[in-house]
Amino acid sequence: MATLLRERTAAAVPLAADPALWRRINRRTWLLLAAGALWLLGFAFLHGTATLSLPAAELTDLHRILNHFNAWIADNRDGNPVFVYLLTPLRSAVGWVAGFFMAIFAASPSGQLIPVMGWLGTVAVLTWIAFAVGNVRVALLTAAVFTFFGFQGLFVDAAYTFALVVTAVLLTLVAGIPLGVLAGISNRVQKVLTPVLDFMQTMPTFVYLAPLALIFLIGPASAVIATVIYAAPPVIRLTAHGIRSIPENTREASDSLGTTGWQRLRTLQLPMARRTIVMGINQSTMAALSMVTIAALIAAPGLGQVVVVALQSLDVGTAVNSGLAIVLMAIVLDRVTTAASQRAEPGAAKSRRLSGRTRLIVLGATLVLALGVVQLSRTILWAAVFPQNLNIGPAIGDGVNAASGWLQANLYFLTHSFREAVTVGILNPFQSLLTDTPFYLLSAVIILVAYAIGHWKLAAVTALSLAVIISLGLWNDAMVTLASTLLATIMVMLLGIVFGVAMGRSSRLDQAMRPMLDAGQTMPAFVYLVPFLGLFGATRFTAIVAAIIYAAPVAIKIIADGVAGISPTVVEAAVSSGSTPWQVISKVQLPMARKTLALAANQGLMYVLAMVVIGALVGAGGLGYDVVAGFVQSSVFGKGLAAGLAIVFLGILLDRITQAAAATPVRRQVPVRKQVASKI
Amino acid sequence: MNSPVISVRNLWKVFGPGGEKVPGDPKLSQSSPADLLGRAGCVAAVRNMNFDVAKGEVFVVMGLSGSGKSTLIRCLTRLIEPTAGQVLVDGRDVLQAAPAELRELRRRKMSMVFQHFGLLPHRTVLDNVSYGLQIRGTAKKERHAASREIIELVGLKGYEQHYPDQLSGGMQQRVGLGRALAGDPDTILFDEPFSALDPLIRRDMQAEVIRLHKEMGKTMVFVTHDLSEALKLGDRILIMRDGEMVQMGSGDELVGSPADSYIADFVSEVPRADVLTLKWITRPVDAATPADAPVLAAGTLIRDAIPLVTDSSCPVLVAEPGGAVLGQIDRDSILSVIHGGVSHGAGSHGIAAQLPDGGSHASPSEEAVA
Repeated sequence: MATLLRERTAAAVPLAADPALWRRINRRTWLLLAAGALWLLGFAFLHGTATLSLPAAELTDLHRILNHFNAWIADNRDGNPVFVYLLTPLRSAVGWVAGFFMAIFAASPSGQLIPVMGWLGTVAVLTWIAFAVGNVRVALLTAAVFTFFGFQGLFVDAAYTFALVVTAVLLTLVAGIPLGVLAGISNRVQKVLTPVLDFMQTMPTFVYLAPLALIFLIGPASAVIATVIYAAPPVIRLTAHGIRSIPENTREASDSLGTTGWQRLRTLQLPMARRTIVMGINQSTMAALSMVTIAALIAAPGLGQVVVVALQSLDVGTAVNSGLAIVLMAIVLDRVTTAASQRAEPGAAKSRRLSGRTRLIVLGATLVLALGVVQLSRTILWAAVFPQNLNIGPAIGDGVNAASGWLQANLYFLTHSFREAVTVGILNPFQSLLTDTPFYLLSAVIILVAYAIGHWKLAAVTALSLAVIISLGLWNDAMVTLASTLLATIMVMLLGIVFGVAMGRSSRLDQAMRPMLDAGQTMPAFVYLVPFLGLFGATRFTAIVAAIIYAAPVAIKIIADGVAGISPTVVEAAVSSGSTPWQVISKVQLPMARKTLALAANQGLMYVLAMVVIGALVGAGGLGYDVVAGFVQSSVFGKGLAAGLAIVFLGILLDRITQAAAATPVRRQVPVRKQVASKI
Repeated sequence: MNSPVISVRNLWKVFGPGGEKVPGDPKLSQSSPADLLGRAGCVAAVRNMNFDVAKGEVFVVMGLSGSGKSTLIRCLTRLIEPTAGQVLVDGRDVLQAAPAELRELRRRKMSMVFQHFGLLPHRTVLDNVSYGLQIRGTAKKERHAASREIIELVGLKGYEQHYPDQLSGGMQQRVGLGRALAGDPDTILFDEPFSALDPLIRRDMQAEVIRLHKEMGKTMVFVTHDLSEALKLGDRILIMRDGEMVQMGSGDELVGSPADSYIADFVSEVPRADVLTLKWITRPVDAATPADAPVLAAGTLIRDAIPLVTDSSCPVLVAEPGGAVLGQIDRDSILSVIHGGVSHGAGSHGIAAQLPDGGSHASPSEEAVA
């Protein structure tokens, strides 16, 4: 961590023009150097002592208490009023909605009955919906993709996933849009809500699951609740943002005509914020898909389940087949909601080819057709259940397995030696630097760094977070996770700077790369693991590579926007005074984008942390392993819960330190972060 | 002047923490803007403003940016909440009005036209113009019919189904104007409505406002930073600086007798012959002037008198509307005004010095040039 932060302050030094600033940065550099020296000296003389390492199967007293807590909840589920009157009814209500959609698209929860609509009916109805909210193109895409699920032999799994996503998105919108409107209208609500949403988005997806499973049991209901918690922030934020970004003069003009608050909302704020709200729905939908797949860990049915089972048995072929289905589903959801947001563009009606009435007639006719197909799918077998003889899923799986085997056998030299070189040369030494330093010394170093960056307040938050991690008994595992996270983040920042600066300087490159990055960002975290598992096998290294690829798009985009956002006049002035391109980059663009770099590091870290934790599924150790083990074995449930908490505090620690680095030396709020953070 | 539609009394708007204490505190309310900012951390955008607007009048508020004129006009309908004072509209104090009464005032009595138009991008021209009517609950058919008439009146017939972003700036402002007119208010407030437009379009729109004023006779309060616009439109002009009124009067009073050097500087670029009337340059009748010399009304603009005076072989007499002769003018007095208008500064001071009692005195041309 110290290395990362030291680099950033070094970049800030050229900015320091006035002496007071110079002195402060100087002092900070001294503090950071002192922290580094302390750490290295401590490691040299004391390494291996007080490492607080805890073998995987061993528990602390706290973990046992948490295990008891689990049992206590199980015993009191039927008696405690909080459960009887609040949590259990909530669970049944959510479960009922989820069951309703699953019964329509997939099957009843017991799996006995045939769904209300056969596969052909589902395809027809979804295609019609895509046409109604979007356009013909996305409708055709929907039809093609959902039919392809059938060929993959995954139609029922895909239907489960889809049903859960629909349930979660509906509930998210019912709760999220009114909250967002309130936050957009009232400063007080905004003030209360912002830190809550910040916190919800700092937490890696993974850590919601265990506490929710504890309270709501495993199954579709708690999967949907976890998904709603995870997917709500984007739509709340974007709704509020859409309402707040209505130009002051338009609002004033409306007020000058004597609108009431309700009239203002109905005629001005909601219509003008409509496009932003639909963008929020898009982001929430993508987040929901991501979470629904991960919720396979708490027994949510669907494609995620297939991936998890395949990952656990290292069956790359099946994982790829199912991962492909998740990717395709993500593409369909993204395209359809994006098309809907374009339709919601103010004044989009004027450029439409069909007049309102013609469109209504077409919609009505196609709806009748779709309903006809639904009826067909309820009566004829081949339209109800996808024909088995068209299933090419196993063939895909076998093909991928063969290819993966061939790659691992023939590229063994490349992949294996690369993996080993990085693991032995960089990963192991760095990890041991973190894990083998005595905990008190490393804690002191980290607190010192926090003090250097953000003064006593940040140091206090840091100390508190470290104290929690230590008292949870998971210091050593946390350091393993931290080592992978920091290494991956450094790589993400390198990629981010190289590609971000290139994109910021060339709009053509930006246009070429941006669609890819956007697509990369819409994919659920889960599926990133699959291809690298095929290449590198199940190791820590695989998780790190997946985390780098997962987090790079967000960092690249932030840096590209920051570099492109630098006033062209300044760049022009630098060029006209005879700077070489390299001088323009190093003397003008990077220093001026310093804040953006810190912001990218912050976001990159959060994405990497989320992924490194999930990487436990393919062999990464640390806190993520504890969490996964907690799901699987009830004997270490308490430890998994504690590990989830430790991840939260590790996330808070990293988030606060990088945010403080982004905020100094000019202390200013960074509102950009919220918009960026909501794009997950 | 008939009874005022709007009376503003001791109006204050102070921005900043604790601003509500400033008007009541004699020490703070007297201090200069820099002092006020230093001592209380406040900015007084409107300071102790008093004026009346008569029915059917075009009342112009003029000042440079930051002088508080936009704040002042927003205080009239409480789009910005005033700190202290009174705004009487038809005798009722707007500052005391409950929310419902204030809405009623905004819906029926005072409409506003904005600098940046403030149109709703998701509504057609027709729906933008009928927005105010919709807000007050007029049925769709009725409000569309009324709005179509207004759209024709502001010259946008044929554009009813267009969206604002398909129109030029001038046309967008016509929509804004139409929206303000659609509710048939007594008073229309204009906040620098044409300063975002090209000069040529601006001229058209000014002519449009003059035409509408003639046709409909609405009271208008017009904020601008453009002196020529103020002189062109305003029956009376109020000049603001740092939130305070510096001078209020008709256009020729401002140009003819500026209250201080600030106003004098302001009006120094104005072509004086286009603004001043003959009464500003008459001299006592010379004994040599023949009794049958041509006669011009005192209210004639100097520019319009040029052909007659230069063609006449003798000085021209200037008479009041009643027929009483005020004095005479000749070629020299006209040339000195034109000359003074070109070499500005000195001339205006010369005239100002001569006009302590309303400008009926003659001003020797030599002095005006000096």
